[in-house]
Amino acid sequence: MMPDEAFPVSPGFAERRRWVLRGAAKVVSVPGLILCTAHVGFADLAQQAGLTAAQAVFMVAAIWALPGMVVLLGAVLSGAGLLAAAFAVALSSVRLTPMVVALVPELRGMRTSRLTLYLLAHFVAVTSWVIAMETLRGVPRELRTSYYLGLGAILILTNMVVVAIVFAVAAALPPIVAAGLFLLTPMYFLTSLWGSAREQATHVAMVLGLVLGPLLHLVVPGFDLLGAGLIGGGLAYAAHLWKDRPA
Amino acid sequence: MTLGGYDVWWGPYAFILIAGWAMTYPWRALGVYLGGRIREDAEILVLVRATATALVAAVIGNLVCFPSGPAEESSLALRVLAAAAGFATYFFIGRKILLGIVVAEVLFGVGFYLGY
Repeated sequence: MMPDEAFPVSPGFAERRRWVLRGAAKVVSVPGLILCTAHVGFADLAQQAGLTAAQAVFMVAAIWALPGMVVLLGAVLSGAGLLAAAFAVALSSVRLTPMVVALVPELRGMRTSRLTLYLLAHFVAVTSWVIAMETLRGVPRELRTSYYLGLGAILILTNMVVVAIVFAVAAALPPIVAAGLFLLTPMYFLTSLWGSAREQATHVAMVLGLVLGPLLHLVVPGFDLLGAGLIGGGLAYAAHLWKDRPA
Repeated sequence: MTLGGYDVWWGPYAFILIAGWAMTYPWRALGVYLGGRIREDAEILVLVRATATALVAAVIGNLVCFPSGPAEESSLALRVLAAAAGFATYFFIGRKILLGIVVAEVLFGVGFYLGY
């Protein structure tokens, strides 16, 4: 692998294009394929929520974070208004901030402009983040933004196509396949969330949220997600503080 | 106003843009802004991550407990059992996401086929 000093001047167009394509090639990877299957599940859910294919594809491009997309669909399914839906999506997307904070120092080169980083930030979601954190170290520093552009763009475009295809063929899906699809998204989140957690408090919060969500849904529908987030997160943090208290 | 409650064709798109993009992208932009400013181990991030994770977990729990579409025909016990078995497989056998999903799907598929 080329050392950072290999580019005393900005890399040329051909060199950048090569690394954009190397990033794009990552769409064929286990996390990339799982993301596609999760989008099959999302498209199925979007159909039930009454969205058109164009609206669902637009949602993929506009939000590009499956939890936020599923939260928004859930709000649409429950007939929530704009404000309630927006608030739920905003809360579900807070987690993107620490992910971007962690990624930026890895991504930035000596000459990387702020604007480039603000544009690339739209691509940050669990899958591209996991792949980037694993592979960026093997990419020459001045070409990392090119690599991430290829990776992020191909993932979004591929999954927009996946959603459009599901809308086109879903009517022909046998019931057992359609029924099985519903498990893809929760299983993908369940495992990838658990795996990406950095501290025990996150694991505690996850278990609490899994139980509190359905319980609050029965007791106070409409406040179930927010309630589970605030109560589960608060309790997990309290336990974290309690564990770390000065002796 | 709900997503479907608009008379103009671009109503739902405006809804998705406002409730979706405008609620998501600013968190990413904030991440770029904070870049090197926040330490990745700052204590407040523990609370932020825990709250966000509990919320996403609530979404997962609700999807499993209250599905819509053909999966509605299955029993709650089957769905919870399939998800739990898939997660246990992931947890105990090499932390492979794909393996966990496959086990959950196969169990659910067999159970669904048998009418549980």
